[in-house]
Amino acid sequence: MAWLLAILETLLFIATAPLLAGWIKLVKCRLQNRKAPSVLQPYRDLRKLYVKQPIIPHSASWIFRYAPYIVFSATVLAAAFVPLVAVNLPTSRIADVIVLVGFFALARTFLVLAGMDIGTAFGGMGSSREMTISSLAEPAMLMAVFTLAMSAHTTDLSQAINYVLNTGLVLRPSFVFALGGLMLVTVAETGRIPVDNPATHLELTMIHEAMILEYSGRWLALIEWASQIKLMLYGVLIANIFFPWGIAQELSLSALGLGVAMIALKLAVLGVILVLSEVLFAKMRIFRVQDYLSFAYLLSVLGMLSHIILEAARVHH
Amino acid sequence: MPLFFAYLSVTAALISALAASVGNRRIELQRLFHLLLQRWPETLSRLDVVFSEKHYAKKHRDSLFVLLGLSGLFALLAGVWILAGTATITDTLPLGLPWLHWHVRLDPLSGFFFCVLGLPLIAVSLYGPGYIREFERGKHSLTVLGLFTGLFVAGMELVLLADDAFFFMIAWELMSVASYFLVVFQHEHAANRKAGFLYLLMAVIGAISIILAFGVIAGFGGGLTFDAMRDTGLSPAWASIAFVLALIGFGMKAGLVPLHAWLPEAHPVAPSHISALMSGVMLKIAIYGFIRFSFDLLDQIHWQWGVVVLIIGSATALLGILYALQQPNLKRLLAYSSVENVGIIFMALGLALIFLSTGQKELGSLGLVAALLHCLNHALFKSLLFLGAGAILHQTHEHSLENMGGLIHRMPKLSAIFLVGTLSIAALPPLNGFVSEWLIFQTALQAGGLESGVLRSLIPTASAMLALTSALAATCFVKLYGVAFLGLPRSQHVAHAREAHHQGMLYGPALLAGCCILFGVFPTPLINAIAGLTEQLTGFALPNISALGWLWLTPISPETAAYAPPLVLLGAVAVGWLCYYWLYQRKGMEPRRAEPWDCGFGGLNARMQYTSGSFSMPIRRIFSPIFNARETLEEHKSGPAKTRVTSLRYQFNVPDLALLMLYEPAGHTVLRFARWAGGMQTGNIRTYLAYSFFTLIFLLWVIS
Repeated sequence: MAWLLAILETLLFIATAPLLAGWIKLVKCRLQNRKAPSVLQPYRDLRKLYVKQPIIPHSASWIFRYAPYIVFSATVLAAAFVPLVAVNLPTSRIADVIVLVGFFALARTFLVLAGMDIGTAFGGMGSSREMTISSLAEPAMLMAVFTLAMSAHTTDLSQAINYVLNTGLVLRPSFVFALGGLMLVTVAETGRIPVDNPATHLELTMIHEAMILEYSGRWLALIEWASQIKLMLYGVLIANIFFPWGIAQELSLSALGLGVAMIALKLAVLGVILVLSEVLFAKMRIFRVQDYLSFAYLLSVLGMLSHIILEAARVHH
Repeated sequence: MPLFFAYLSVTAALISALAASVGNRRIELQRLFHLLLQRWPETLSRLDVVFSEKHYAKKHRDSLFVLLGLSGLFALLAGVWILAGTATITDTLPLGLPWLHWHVRLDPLSGFFFCVLGLPLIAVSLYGPGYIREFERGKHSLTVLGLFTGLFVAGMELVLLADDAFFFMIAWELMSVASYFLVVFQHEHAANRKAGFLYLLMAVIGAISIILAFGVIAGFGGGLTFDAMRDTGLSPAWASIAFVLALIGFGMKAGLVPLHAWLPEAHPVAPSHISALMSGVMLKIAIYGFIRFSFDLLDQIHWQWGVVVLIIGSATALLGILYALQQPNLKRLLAYSSVENVGIIFMALGLALIFLSTGQKELGSLGLVAALLHCLNHALFKSLLFLGAGAILHQTHEHSLENMGGLIHRMPKLSAIFLVGTLSIAALPPLNGFVSEWLIFQTALQAGGLESGVLRSLIPTASAMLALTSALAATCFVKLYGVAFLGLPRSQHVAHAREAHHQGMLYGPALLAGCCILFGVFPTPLINAIAGLTEQLTGFALPNISALGWLWLTPISPETAAYAPPLVLLGAVAVGWLCYYWLYQRKGMEPRRAEPWDCGFGGLNARMQYTSGSFSMPIRRIFSPIFNARETLEEHKSGPAKTRVTSLRYQFNVPDLALLMLYEPAGHTVLRFARWAGGMQTGNIRTYLAYSFFTLIFLLWVIS
């Protein structure tokens, strides 16, 4: 029963990820005084890509062909580990938050390799930039989640969320820092403004889009879908770790219903915050990203240190 | 019985050395066998086929590696046997000094390192016959290569068996000196001779430091045997002196910053299968020495030692990978990455020292388990990568990443095997490198329970460094794979490369790749075995390591952290297969081959790709204060006002700071001192007579 529920939850995750992308696009258009497409537009895009014939460059090897499947399944698996509407599901015990970061890295590695497989300048450029950014963003993310892990004495996401729920609403400086760090990392890792612009196809400024430039048809659909899932994953992580109230702790129908409603609400709010930052800030130049990411890293490390100095000490005495 | 296998293993390595040294005397050997086997004429006729000129070279070459392979197999058997039983076997050999025979001891710790040695050695013995064929026609004698390979392996095995300081040092020096001759095997290149000299020098300094470290304990205790040393109660000050000396001595060999600079010079210039043994195994022998010394021989551990080891380990890991990222030479990159991995192992050892000395014995054991597991993992994937690099070198004669590319089309099997190594060393799930780093993170995250605020904040800072290191390692190895194997070939001979025709050159790395996957997906039995041996060292077991069953890994408790790699892999395969099944096999929608996007200009070529140097340029720019990179840009301009740039030439060189700031100044100081001391040699007979006179007077004064 619990396993079935876990699989259903994962399916819900995968199915609603394009909806979140559509919502973000809708809010962004409204804020920019443009006429918005329907929230369902990402589904239509995916469907359109699905029925188109894909094109492979002559120089591509099997890495290029199989990378979309690996990227997609790694991302789906990562989605399975993260509690969406209920905690204490068996899937969250299979892997903890460090494995989650590892799966993000696995997906990214294959995307980058696929970018380099063709042997064009764009692929290499996107790959180099993506790895540079992620090699600074990943430690910041790990530090942010470690802060939580040290407070909750666990790296298991379900247990950590239970811990936050059980201690109630306490203002912890470490969590504020970690939240800040994780939000900055989210923007960088999901390729949003000011680090990368998902809407651009101007060759010299793209990062994510440059890597996947050669993809088309159903493979592009898989990659796009995977990046929508990834965006939602980060959203769910922030929402459920720092504001877990409303998540179902028991597996009753009403609790689960409340969980779905609450996570939808939280993601909608987070989407609006993301759009606000996208509308208010301009894209940075690539060699400014390091400052941005070092700031995120610093925030996370500060969060960790303030936990150790302020909070853990209190437990001791 | 395990000890018997260990002896067999050493004997096989020594016979291999012997066989190599007499191997080029074919006629004499044939005559010798005729004398020995006069009574069995039918065996003789078969033997004559072997000794015929046509077959002899191949048989001889193969026999050396068969013996090495047997040595590896016996080492593995001995190791697994002793690990399964957790008994300790001791013995005394009638060799050595009259009053100090060689004491031999095989316990689970040395047994584990026998396994670490055995697996790569088996792979190397599969790989070697194909690889050294090219040396046969060259000007280098295989006698030297075979002789010193055998001695090198035997030396490493004897280090693991040694149970007294005297025997230990003899074995240690045998290992060092034999590997020196392997480093300078291709001595016609000046760079190799220089690297060899640097290596020998550092090995000697390291050995002196180790001898002094043993001397400190032996001076206070009853003797040179390790048993006597274990019972020596040292004062904290003397224990710390011994510890620092051992850290310098073993750290020199293992490649700790700032003593590491010889390593990336020496390891890459040896033949590739030797590089694999040096980076994969010899560094682990140094780590074995350090563990034996500080966790076993010294009876008390102080937390300050752990802090020193943790800080040095973090610096080593981070600097190692940053330098690795900037290397265009494939084997040098791998050598720098060994420095990084040694740093990671020492970080785990530092955590173990801190936790053990502050009374958290269980966490200390966990740190030690993580360190040992990473030793094994690194031995597997680094040997794999060096053997793979050797195969590329063998087929293309190309060292530099800047000239590679597109090898996945030319060498599909090797590229698949190499990919496994790349993913493992980049610490990606579900492979083995991830498991050990996960364990180190889990150990570090338990720092909240420590009393001291300094330690509580130091350990998370170190884990931040580890996080950065592993992210950079992923970047480094993605770059390596992407530049060498993917894209378009950047030079002619790479474009025409072919898969190695000797199958062993693929089987060896494939064996290691299989182990990487196996230990990545099913780590729990292995970790249980290691936990058994750390229990002997620290006295504390890890009770919860498989609390949820063998599928799950739960280092501390099921609530704290759980990881089930088999289920993760199962999930990934299921999801991947489902979407492959639904999406790939679509009738009438087969993908179409076309030109890649070239902005509509046409004429894409291999020189337009990102190179190794350009891929790592952003990192070079971001970490520029550490690198001291020397970049030059030459522009050739033409046209009436010199406005049109006709050609550009960009060069960069990243010298190692340790070489510039430690090695060279030290070298200059020694030279200056030598010149000053050389002033005594006036060449004048009267001066020398005066020296003798004053010496005599001094001696008379002494004895009177």
